[in-house]
Amino acid sequence: MIVVLVETTPTGEAVEVSQEAITFARSLAAEGGGVPVDAVVVGEPSPDLAATLAAYGVRTVHALSGDAYASYAGAAWAAGLKGVRGSSVVVMAAGTPRGNEVMAHVAAREGVAMAANVLSFSGLSPFVVTRQVVGGGALEEMRLGDRPAVFTVAGHAVEAAPADAPGAAEVVVHTPEIAAADLVARVVSSEEPEPDLSGTLKSARVVVGAGRGAGSSEGFADLLELTELVGGSLGVSRVVTSLGWRPHHEQVGQTGSRISPDLYIPCGISGAIQHWAGCSSAKAILAINTDPDAPMVTKATYAVIGDLHEVVPAINAEIRRRRTA
Amino acid sequence: MVSVLVCIKRVVDSSSEVVLTEDGQGVDGRYAGFTMSAHEECAVELAVQIAAATGGTATVLTLGDADAVEQLRAALAVGCTAAVHVVADAQTFGPSDVAREIAAVAGDHDLVLLGNDAADSGDFQVGIRLAYELGRPVVNGVSSVSVADGVVTAEGAGPDGHETYRVPLPAVVTVLEGGVEPRYPTVPGRMKAKKVPIDERRPTAEPVGPSRVRLLLPPPTASDVQILGKGADAAPAVVDLLEQLGVLAR
Ligand SMILES: Cc1cc2nc3c(=O)[nH]c(=O)nc-3n(C[C@H](O)[C@H](O)[C@H](O)COP(=O)(O)OP(=O)(O)OC[C@H]3O[C@@H](n4cnc5c(N)ncnc54)[C@H](O)[C@@H]3O)c2cc1C
Repeated sequence: MIVVLVETTPTGEAVEVSQEAITFARSLAAEGGGVPVDAVVVGEPSPDLAATLAAYGVRTVHALSGDAYASYAGAAWAAGLKGVRGSSVVVMAAGTPRGNEVMAHVAAREGVAMAANVLSFSGLSPFVVTRQVVGGGALEEMRLGDRPAVFTVAGHAVEAAPADAPGAAEVVVHTPEIAAADLVARVVSSEEPEPDLSGTLKSARVVVGAGRGAGSSEGFADLLELTELVGGSLGVSRVVTSLGWRPHHEQVGQTGSRISPDLYIPCGISGAIQHWAGCSSAKAILAINTDPDAPMVTKATYAVIGDLHEVVPAINAEIRRRRTA
Repeated sequence: MVSVLVCIKRVVDSSSEVVLTEDGQGVDGRYAGFTMSAHEECAVELAVQIAAATGGTATVLTLGDADAVEQLRAALAVGCTAAVHVVADAQTFGPSDVAREIAAVAGDHDLVLLGNDAADSGDFQVGIRLAYELGRPVVNGVSSVSVADGVVTAEGAGPDGHETYRVPLPAVVTVLEGGVEPRYPTVPGRMKAKKVPIDERRPTAEPVGPSRVRLLLPPPTASDVQILGKGADAAPAVVDLLEQLGVLAR
């Protein structure tokens, strides 16, 4: 059996990268002769969530429930996973901060290796995965010979796709006894972030990016308007946060957030590898840059060559014009 | 009086192109230069701040070859007061090996700070493995850390908002960039750092090694970028595209 940790949004839906992880698990299962894929969720799943997971080919949804799961504790999640995984050969999650953290706990407890941010697998015996390292600047082939094989899947390594012949997933609720030591490091308070356009950066469908080309902290007005017009989030380069133009939680990249929107619109961003590490999972990229040879432009799907302070206001005006037309 | 151990790694500065060594086992730094991982620069700053606030000490540790002394000196120059160098070829050490070697030193310290993940290997697990070696609680991926009355308060961004953890000492915390601004070394700081004796150690056990088969470079992406236009004149084409992709909010 393959066990996939599924993360959910505050409203209880499976996050997209978890759906991708299940899709990845299914292809692994098919290669391995059709072993079942089970999901683990924290908290009792809604009928909608169970139905979604069933549509993705999940056989059983294991729900971790009880006081131990009232607030997040990486060790408690790993302990719960251990309780339900039985003799599964693979334990995996999406390569989110939580996914990587919980899988590292699982690997440390089991005394096995762990591979973070896997893109693909090549062969089951030996089981070899390819993963992103050096912020995506290089790939590593890694042997995962232990049982269970523990890894996380990089965002957009595969496209989330429902199963061809889904069944109905059985929901099994577990209320494991969690050792006190596994609850010491738990979240004691969690506050909604200040209302800002980056709040949903990691899950936004569209992200407007801004780099040094924005020019100053005052240079963001048009970019913020575009962000609002496309109902997206703002993400910035490290130069922007280092200069104090925008807060660090908006930073995209190796040491910022990794985003995987349908469309990323980097404006005045050169596309250094550390920034690319955070946005390479975007399905499409529309670069706006004065330099036609900037790496961001040459790697993009679409580009506009020009000064963002001219291009972005013109786009905003065109959107507004069409809305009122 | 909190005794902090902060763990850093010498990594290739990969701001420009990544070049691999001939045997495909590592990143070639001969032309790129070396640095410490960005998250760890912040961990060093936090270690120095916690030591100052509690009248404690900040010791920096690295596992690496002889050249890694450069990164230890960099940490000493910004306020760490002691340094431990586990002399070994870091490339032959996997995450569990590194955790074991840190554990051999960490027992004397109340708080161990590490980077959340190294800029090169991106393993996300040394801190957590270390915590299990030591039987201590671990908080992961936070950007601010403070200690008072034997309790560590650690905060950072979680999936649902700003999160706070409170754990008793001794503890392990892994740090993400963003909560503090690493300071620049002063000239006196650099001079002082040169004189600090470095506690050199040998690894306590043979490494099991990483599970690496080899490193490769990602296939070059052939540039097939579609240029939508130049300057403000491109706006209609951009909005056509946004409509076509169905991403315009109503
Ligand atoms: C360990 C490490 C970690 C890092 N982590 C990150 C990270 O998480 N995220 C990150 O972003 N960076 C990170 N960096 C930094 C990274 O290497 C680059 O320095 C940074 O991404 C560059 O930001 P930029 O593209 O905004 O600026 P620049 O490189 O200065 O590029 C500015 C771009 O804007 C264009 N431009 C200028 N003016 C205009 C205008 N008016 N209109 C349109 N275009 C214009 C220029 O042609 C250029 O392409 C990291 C570096 C290190 C060493």
